[in-house]
Amino acid sequence: MTAYKRLQRKTYVLLVLMVLFGSVGDVLLSKGMKQIGEVADWSFAGLSGVFVQVFTSPTIWLGISCLILFFVGYMLVLSWADFSYVLPATATSYAIVPLLGYLLLGEFVSSVRWTGVAFICLGVMLVGSTPPSTTGAQNPPAGKTP
Amino acid sequence: MRNALFIAIVVLAGTGGELAITHAMKQIGEVHHFTPRAILRVIARAFRLGWMWAGFGLMVLSFFALLALLSWADVSFVVPATALSYAVGAFGAKFLLGERVNATRWIGVFLVCFGVALVWAG
Repeated sequence: MTAYKRLQRKTYVLLVLMVLFGSVGDVLLSKGMKQIGEVADWSFAGLSGVFVQVFTSPTIWLGISCLILFFVGYMLVLSWADFSYVLPATATSYAIVPLLGYLLLGEFVSSVRWTGVAFICLGVMLVGSTPPSTTGAQNPPAGKTP
Repeated sequence: MRNALFIAIVVLAGTGGELAITHAMKQIGEVHHFTPRAILRVIARAFRLGWMWAGFGLMVLSFFALLALLSWADVSFVVPATALSYAVGAFGAKFLLGERVNATRWIGVFLVCFGVALVWAG
C-alpha cells in the first residue's frame, strides 16, 4: 500500500468514527435533556435542581463521552488532513440523522429534507474525491494531482 | 439585528476556533500511532500550545452564543443560518491556513452548505 493510500484509509476510518460518535452523542444528549424536561423554574434552586439532574443522568454522561471521543477524533484527523476536507465530511451526520429517523423510527421525512440529504451526500462525495492533505508532505502520487 | 449579531458570533467564533485547532494540530504533526497511550500523549502535547487554547475558547464562546440564540430563535432558522460555517471554513482554510481548495472541493462545500440548510428548513 502506498503512503497516499494509507493516509486516505486512516482519514476515512477516523471520519466514519467521528460521524458515528458525533451523531450518537447528539441523539443521547437530546434524549437525556428531554427526559429531564423543559426548564420552567429559572430561580437558583430550580436551576441547581436541573444541574444535579443533568449531571446524574447516565444518558447525558454517555452522550458527553461520545462527544469527547468525537473531539479526540477531530484533533487526530486534523493533525494531517485539511480542515477544508474534514469540515464538510462531518456534515454527513446531518444526512444520517433523518435517514436513521426514517429507517428506525418510521419518522416522516419531507421531500425538501430528502433533497437536502442528497445534496449533502453528493457534496461529501465530491470533497472526499479530493486529496485529504494539500499542505503536508503527503501529496497524491504523480498523475493524480488535483 | 440581534439574530444577525448572534449568528455572526456563532459562525465566526466557531470557525475561527476550528481553524486555530487545525493550526495547533498541524504543529503537532501527523499522528501515526493510535494506541490509547499514544493518543493521550498527543492530546497532552496539543494542550500545551496556545493555539489549542485559543481555539478551544472560541469554540466555547460559539457554543454559548448558539445556546443563547436557540433560547429565542427557532432551530429551523438557526441551523440553516449556521450552515454558512462550511463556506466560511473553506475560505479560512484557503486564506489563513494555505490549503489548496480546488474547484471540486468548492462545489462539494457549497452542496453541503445548501444541503444542511435544506435538511433543517424542510
